[in-house]
Amino acid sequence: MSGNMNLTLKVWRQKNDKTRGKFITYQANGISPDMSFLEMLDVVNEGLVRKGEDPIHFDHDCREGICGMCSLHINGRPHGPKQGTTTCQLHMRSFHDGQTIVIEPWRAAAFPVIKDLAVDRTAFDRIQQAGGYVNVNTGGVPDANGIPIPKVVADEAFESATCIGCGACVAACKNASAMLFVSAKISQYALLPQGQTERYSRAQAMVAQMDTEGFGSCTNTGACEAECPVGIKLTNIARMNREYLTAKLFKEEEAH
Amino acid sequence: MLDSKVPAGPLAEKWSKHKFNLKLVNPANKRKYTIIVVGTGLAGSSAAASLAELGYNVKAFCYQDSPRRAHSIAAQGGINAAKNYQNDGDSVFRLFYDTIKGGDYRAREANVHRLAEVSVNIIDQCVAQGVPFAREYGGLLDNRSFGGAQVSRTFYARGQTGQQLLLGAYSALNRQINNGKVKMYNRHEMLDLVTIDGHARGIITRNMVTGAIESHEGHAVLLCTGGYGNVFFLSTNAMGCNVTAAWRAHKRGAFFGNPCYTQIHPTCIPVTGDHQSKLTLMSESLRNDGRVWVPKTVELAQKLRKGELKISDIKEADRDYYLERKYPSFGNLVPRDVASRNAKEVVDEGRGVGASGIAVFLDFEDAIKRLGEDAVRAKYGNLFDMYYQITDENPYKQPMRIYPAVHYTMGGLWVDYNLMTTVPGLYALGECNFSDHGANRLGASALMQGLADGYFVIPYTVGDYLAGLGFDPVDKNHPNFEKTRKQVEDNVHKLLSLKGSKTVDDIHKKLGHIMWEYCGMARNEAGLIKAKGLIQALKKEFWSDVTVLGENEEMNQSLEKAGRVADFLELGELMVDDALNRRESCGGHFREESQTDEGEAKRDDENFRYVAAWEYQGEDQPETLHKEALEFENVKLTQRSYK
Ligand SMILES: Cc1cc2nc3c(=O)[nH]c(=O)nc-3n(C[C@H](O)[C@H](O)[C@H](O)COP(=O)(O)OP(=O)(O)OC[C@H]3O[C@@H](n4cnc5c(N)ncnc54)[C@H](O)[C@@H]3O)c2cc1C
Ligand code: SF4
Ligand code: FES
Repeated sequence: MSGNMNLTLKVWRQKNDKTRGKFITYQANGISPDMSFLEMLDVVNEGLVRKGEDPIHFDHDCREGICGMCSLHINGRPHGPKQGTTTCQLHMRSFHDGQTIVIEPWRAAAFPVIKDLAVDRTAFDRIQQAGGYVNVNTGGVPDANGIPIPKVVADEAFESATCIGCGACVAACKNASAMLFVSAKISQYALLPQGQTERYSRAQAMVAQMDTEGFGSCTNTGACEAECPVGIKLTNIARMNREYLTAKLFKEEEAH
Repeated sequence: MLDSKVPAGPLAEKWSKHKFNLKLVNPANKRKYTIIVVGTGLAGSSAAASLAELGYNVKAFCYQDSPRRAHSIAAQGGINAAKNYQNDGDSVFRLFYDTIKGGDYRAREANVHRLAEVSVNIIDQCVAQGVPFAREYGGLLDNRSFGGAQVSRTFYARGQTGQQLLLGAYSALNRQINNGKVKMYNRHEMLDLVTIDGHARGIITRNMVTGAIESHEGHAVLLCTGGYGNVFFLSTNAMGCNVTAAWRAHKRGAFFGNPCYTQIHPTCIPVTGDHQSKLTLMSESLRNDGRVWVPKTVELAQKLRKGELKISDIKEADRDYYLERKYPSFGNLVPRDVASRNAKEVVDEGRGVGASGIAVFLDFEDAIKRLGEDAVRAKYGNLFDMYYQITDENPYKQPMRIYPAVHYTMGGLWVDYNLMTTVPGLYALGECNFSDHGANRLGASALMQGLADGYFVIPYTVGDYLAGLGFDPVDKNHPNFEKTRKQVEDNVHKLLSLKGSKTVDDIHKKLGHIMWEYCGMARNEAGLIKAKGLIQALKKEFWSDVTVLGENEEMNQSLEKAGRVADFLELGELMVDDALNRRESCGGHFREESQTDEGEAKRDDENFRYVAAWEYQGEDQPETLHKEALEFENVKLTQRSYK
């Protein structure tokens, strides 16, 4: 083993969405501060497999903080104690020897547990399917430099577009609201010229789907912004509310 | 003999002529066809969306919980296109030329030229979708330069180009899911291909939540399943990247092209210990402003490693900027294979840095002096943050430590000009095919290829095949569906019956070591022969002494891993065979027996100017080699030089 930290883990284990889960305690010994949090769990899992016990299931893929697949509520915080990081980019140097770490899945009615720490986030996909796009077909589009976009506008749209769809905002919110996630996509298009033609119908369709999925309402506590690993800002929510209100007041053709 | 189906005529006219000659499916008839798309990265999402727009019914599959998480999301640096917006002399021909040369003259001319032609459409398409590329103050698109090119043709979105391009393609896919033209299957893994009368007619998948093993029928199957770099265990690929879909198709008759061509990327964060699960790339764009160096002497390097000297103690004159010294015209921007081999060389000499000595410096001190810290932050901020996050070292204050890591696989399923494999009706797009990058891929060209294949090539070529089929639905009661499904089920149960003493990761790590040691940055005959024996023994160990826990009827990550590693073991052996066969050096394939006096890769055009396409012959049988001769009518073959 490559390190000298010894930790106690309290991990949520749940066979599937039909059974009830519970916390099980594990020891993680010989952990190096250079390991990522998920590598620490790999070490624990290798140990479990060697003992013939089912490894702890969790979602992950890129391990670079970009795919949004990893999740985990760590000591009460989505993606753990460090600001602006995903779980896969969290390193064990953020913990200390002898510490107890409580690991839970995202908790939200719209994100049912699949197994252990893995949850079903397809509600997010369905919201995007409802309107998170520009209606253009492949081919026959204008030259990319045909419409200049001021750098400040492009940069702001980019900031909104960096949402990785992890769901930490929902997990952080006491109402399990998805407003930060939805507003990030709506903002990206509301800012760019390409998004203008369907600006209001998009906002309506995405918000309607968000409500259908059973996400809670927003009471402006700002917990989502504080836990978002890529720093999506609350101003997106304000923009979305504006878009949505305009959409309700006017029909698309009148709003323009 | 393999028929590449490259159309006749002058290079620049081939694609337009071919498009005209391809058979069309009448708009009203398109809805009579179902196309299966496996994978939702840049290649798969763009293909699925574009085909659905045309009216085909599409079923799309991915193993992640959402199509947006395909590994393309992780690409950092950028995407090439011959727009010549910078007026610096770029053109379709120059992009074609750079790609052919960068690939060390082991790619097909016609494919590469087509790629360069459609590259300009890709950027237009992405912008129309709302992809927020970087812009200049005037509001026009910004460009940067990348390894292996002397013009600025790379479009980017900070250090997250892949993410933004994939979210664009994902949005187009979502639109078609909403329209009911694409049915999306998340958390489904393709485990086999179903053929009827030799034609691809469907796939078998495992639902990764319930374990259900199901068949899906379609008139054509598109594999867009990415690369197989994880055969090395450690790579910059996502943890789930695998060869399974491609490998099982290979076993059903699809030839595998150039399996030994692997790209080892020069700028990755070095390994810290054996707990390491993956390696992190630092985008090559960093080489635009970062300078690569190691101490001039072994003594200085030793002192640095032991902490007797600080980095700042090493005087300018004692620093060896070896790339700038050896390659004055390309400097730090030499292609990846050249940069990687040179890093290995200085480390092997004992001049490596960092505690392990297996790293070189990538230094931004000059860039920060020249441009200011803010400008450097604006360009590379998220990469610097990521480096800091992982290493706990601040790259604004001290140079990064980097070392090469496995990154990309140029090899893949052999396809003809239409992107069809040797199984009629089975296509391969994106990184999972072999076609456009020869023996070495240039930076920012994989994103380009994935989107070219999906948006602009397959929508034309697949129609030509379908138009010859008639309109009958695929017979889902054909016995081959049940037969193949049963085989998959038996294989799953065989894996679940393994109750030995090793974990799947134990075997995977061992395989990775063998591949890295003998089939990595440098290869030689004796080593390769040794590797072959080691892999065969490891395969036996896997099937006799590994343990796979749990049941099929649940989410079972042990089972998923075991299936993938079983395939990697077989692929590993084929890679070694291919590397043994190719007794020349070219691009990322460096055979120590074949080098120039200066230690550069030496091709043998007379004997090896061909694509090696391997045909599966059955369990533990040697595969048969087929050759596709490469003709170069538009470029002159020269020894690559970046001096
Ligand atoms: C860290 C990193 C940085 C990179 N940066 C750049 C860059 O700056 N510029 C550039 O041009 N290239 C870059 N590349 C290379 C480039 O990102 C990839 O080659 C490219 O994105 C591959 O796209 P793809 O669509 O072929 O496959 P992928 O994006 O890998 O997608 C594969 C898809 O197949 C699915 N899949 C795989 N197996 C199965 C199965 N058995 N069953 C069902 N589904 C399956 C997956 O779920 C996924 O949806 C980078 C690569 C890495 C690793
Ligand atoms: S807004 Fe932030 S926390 Fe929410 S899904 Fe996007 S990246 Fe995750
Ligand atoms: S695993 Fe991809 S963001 Fe964490």
